[in-house]
Amino acid sequence: MMRHFIFFPPEASEYARHIDWIYLGLVGLSAIIVGLVVALMVSFGIRYRRGSPAKRGRLPEWVSRDVEIGWTVATLFAFVFIFWFAAATFITSIGAAPRALEIHVVGKQWMWKIEHPNGVREINELHVPMNVPVRLVMISQDVIHSFFLPALRIKQDVLPGRYTSESFTADKAGTYNLFCAEYCGTDHAKMGGRIVIMTKPDYQKWIDAQPGAKNLAEKGRQLFTRLGCAGCHFEKGHTRAPDLAGVYGSYVRLADGRTVRADEAYLRDSILQPARDIVAGYTPIMPSFKSTVSEDQIFDLVAFIKSYSGGSYSHDGEATQ
Amino acid sequence: MTDAVLGDTLPHDATTFDKGYLGDGHTLRSWLLTTDHKRIAILYALTITIFFFVGGIAIALVRIELVTPAQDFVTADEYNRLFTLHGIIMVWFFLVPSIPTTFGNFLLPMMIGARDLAFPKLNLFSWYLTIIGGAFTIYVLLAGGVDTGWTFYTPYSSIYSNSHVIAAAMAVFVSGFGTIATGVNFITTTHTMRAPGLTWFRLPLFVWSMYTVSIVIVLATPVLAMTLLLMMLERFFGVPIFNPNEGGDPLLFQHLFWFYSHPAVYIMILPAMGVVSEVIPCFARRRLFGYDFMVYALIAISVIGFFVWGHHMFVSGQSAYANLVFSFLSFIVAVPSAIKVFNWTATLYRGQITYESPMLYSFGFVGLFTMGGLTGLFLASIPIDIHATDTYFVVAHFHYVMVGGTVSAFFAALHFWWPKITGRMYPEAWARFAAILMFFGFNFTFFPQFIMGWAGMPRRYGSYPPEFQVYHVLSSAGAAVLAVAYLMPLAYLTWSLRWGRRAPDNPWRATGLEWQTSSPPPTHNFEKLPIVEDEPYDYHPKGYVDQEHETAGTAESTQKGGEQQ
Amino acid sequence: MSDASAHPAEEAALREPWESIARQRQAVEMGMWAFLASEILFFGGIFAGYTIYRSAYPEAFWVAGGHTSLFYGATNTAILLVSSAVIALVPRSARWLSLGSFARMMLWSGALLGIAFLVLKGFEYAEDFHEHLFPGPDFELHEKGAQLFFAFYWCLTAIHAVHLIIGIGLVARLAIAGARDPRWFSQTPAVQATALYWGLVDIIWSIVFVIVYLPGRG
Repeated sequence: MMRHFIFFPPEASEYARHIDWIYLGLVGLSAIIVGLVVALMVSFGIRYRRGSPAKRGRLPEWVSRDVEIGWTVATLFAFVFIFWFAAATFITSIGAAPRALEIHVVGKQWMWKIEHPNGVREINELHVPMNVPVRLVMISQDVIHSFFLPALRIKQDVLPGRYTSESFTADKAGTYNLFCAEYCGTDHAKMGGRIVIMTKPDYQKWIDAQPGAKNLAEKGRQLFTRLGCAGCHFEKGHTRAPDLAGVYGSYVRLADGRTVRADEAYLRDSILQPARDIVAGYTPIMPSFKSTVSEDQIFDLVAFIKSYSGGSYSHDGEATQ
Repeated sequence: MTDAVLGDTLPHDATTFDKGYLGDGHTLRSWLLTTDHKRIAILYALTITIFFFVGGIAIALVRIELVTPAQDFVTADEYNRLFTLHGIIMVWFFLVPSIPTTFGNFLLPMMIGARDLAFPKLNLFSWYLTIIGGAFTIYVLLAGGVDTGWTFYTPYSSIYSNSHVIAAAMAVFVSGFGTIATGVNFITTTHTMRAPGLTWFRLPLFVWSMYTVSIVIVLATPVLAMTLLLMMLERFFGVPIFNPNEGGDPLLFQHLFWFYSHPAVYIMILPAMGVVSEVIPCFARRRLFGYDFMVYALIAISVIGFFVWGHHMFVSGQSAYANLVFSFLSFIVAVPSAIKVFNWTATLYRGQITYESPMLYSFGFVGLFTMGGLTGLFLASIPIDIHATDTYFVVAHFHYVMVGGTVSAFFAALHFWWPKITGRMYPEAWARFAAILMFFGFNFTFFPQFIMGWAGMPRRYGSYPPEFQVYHVLSSAGAAVLAVAYLMPLAYLTWSLRWGRRAPDNPWRATGLEWQTSSPPPTHNFEKLPIVEDEPYDYHPKGYVDQEHETAGTAESTQKGGEQQ
Repeated sequence: MSDASAHPAEEAALREPWESIARQRQAVEMGMWAFLASEILFFGGIFAGYTIYRSAYPEAFWVAGGHTSLFYGATNTAILLVSSAVIALVPRSARWLSLGSFARMMLWSGALLGIAFLVLKGFEYAEDFHEHLFPGPDFELHEKGAQLFFAFYWCLTAIHAVHLIIGIGLVARLAIAGARDPRWFSQTPAVQATALYWGLVDIIWSIVFVIVYLPGRG
């Protein structure tokens, strides 16, 4: 019968196990405090019920102000300790793992579109390898959604117009729940699916077996050419448009004097709002591609730019120089 | 059990019964155009009772749907409208007005020895604003509902939803101004109308709670008004405010919304704390433990409560830095609430405790509020919240504090002051049974929700994976019990209006100026305005409790305003 | 404590539940300040939003701000400042029965200036429409953030205008009721309350002028 009562989702990562310990610690502490309050209320309630023979008499001197200050300070210390413990876990968890496997997620009413770095696409399912740091880079096409993986104890709201990310390293193979956790309209409750955690060999086998596996950066390169970006950005001398070789992750000096780091958000903004952050030495002649590209295509373009380290490509796709 | 507490000898003869303010005009006009704070309190009480049951029916339908994992009782769209309506009605048309507009309106002037509030006509206007807001809500209900959730998040509400968003937001917008007007009224009344001798630190805690809640209302509610207005303007005129396609930020809506909505939860709990601080000393026959700290705690909660709103947004995409600051402050704001729980418990020490229904509800409050408050610590811990937010864990948390807390206190107040307000006693045995049934029904309904929330059950889902069904069945069964427990007072309190025993002036032998006038009071509250010379909660001599004298009941002394023998 | 019946003027303005006009006046003023605090928070929300967007889109806001009408904005600011000065004369003068008609004339002047503001605002709005400055498909400017600027421009000025209309109504009501019962007028706390409200309306406009109209020039 107890099988029917689940108290915890499966623990599919070290982080999940750690969080469950904090949770249990809080449950224990709460049980003690509630137990204390209930015990006092019940015992006072019985002992001092009207007409009972318990001694009433004069209150001891130390009761009142000292006791008040005492339990105020004790409570304050206890709560600050809990804050510190939980905050330390949080800070540790947000340190980005280097060389994480980056998977793109696009949420829309009412489905999840997932794209692996090699171009493999999934709907409402996320296959990941075990013991590999994974970073989900996510965006919404419409309203706010939230990508919730109970087995990993993580969720992150997925916003329109802006990338958000969540990271994990799973270490237990299996199939677990994926839920949308931010109310998003009619089929919010149906906007779920599965995360499938596989051993590395199994994951590789799975990836290789998927149709349409193509390098994301390659897709992005083709788009880059087809949309005409190459016309300005590959031009020799780079008079009309900045050189994009190695730009991802670098620091870019802007026309208004600011220096910004060229991350995914910067690249996305440069495609959608090119007039906003003009590179120093250039004029705002780049048109906006807002109505031309979808979020999926932006992911592809960004993947290409991230991989691009120089040289240019001839029209037939062959790298030159 | 006997009613030995009611130790006095007022004649219970119907013909000599003076109905006080209740008898001062019998026409509809005398009620709908009244400026008597007591009658306005009754108008509000009827209004919020109706809304409570409408919101209750909505959630009954939700809980019926949730008995099975499939979406098989109502459609998904209907389900979304039901939980939205439940939230909007319960928050803005029940919980926020509940204690302040009924008991605050009725008792604040009486507790400070005044004849009415500072602005009686404004008080009536407040009620009409609430009614107009309520009319918008009824319109929304009849026209097909709204499906944004009570939180109205953009861009769903401002661009994508195909429901009556603007009408629903108008309902909240208009009634919000009624609430602000009540807050202005209470602040001014407390400052300028206290009886001679009634200094600030002689005020009953209930008055302090009305005062602090009014300050929170006046400062927080306008921000909600502006936020909803901007969302409505975006939806109606298409001007971009939160629309990311034009550079807007949906998170701006969330920040503005929660800047109000977090203080709003303190608007809902502070009055409840005030009530419990009146009831427990009376039925324990002891001064409230740590009066000064209780006052400081109310003030601390009110102030710090304005700086924690971001804990509703830990996974929203706000920065980690913001997360840490809001988490820290959320732990700090929990401290004064904990102090209050300790002080209520300590008030029982060496008391002479009896268990009339107001006391039972207050005991329930202390236990359930403690549980709800402790789960607030879970949610203030960022990594715990990342998993638990938007699941049933949060739903359980806020129902423990709002329903286990505020609604329990509301019923405590209802029973405690029923004799004073109506001049009738209710049947105590039924009341005690209902209180106990409510406590058990409540836990049955909401405790399973903590468990299933941590197990991963998301909120606002009309259909769900089968592993959660057992918890939903328990919860829905509990809800059925809870429904009975809410209907019982409706029945016996209504019954008591016609057939209840006449109430004496001070059936509970409580201290407080409201008990020194008749039940029900005359329209002008006091035949002669009192002068206050003693501290509140004068249930026994300061610092010392004499065992021999206390059980003789200090009936005479409390009648005179707390002189001690 | 003064005996109300010996001073019919006070009695005219005295209301339930007050026993002395001095207390009533004190309470009304306190209540009005509490209400003004709520109004400051009300506008605070939209000012906060505007400030946040301004810091996110400085260029676009700069360019868009240049398309507001400095002529209408400045003229209206001057009109409101004068009206405030004029209304500020009312509370003190109204207390003297002999200065009652002067005070009421100042009220009417303030109201007329307020109406002038609204008339100019009407012309300004017409011009803005003509220049395609209402956010929508044929909006004039193309920088991202420019539509946001103007969304706030329209919302802020419209909400302020609603407050001004209410203010004009309150001022007119006071002047009319005051003419009908000069004794009541000389004692009523409504004078101070109305003047305070008018002051708020003016201050809000001053902030709007400074943060919306002035940047983007030069």
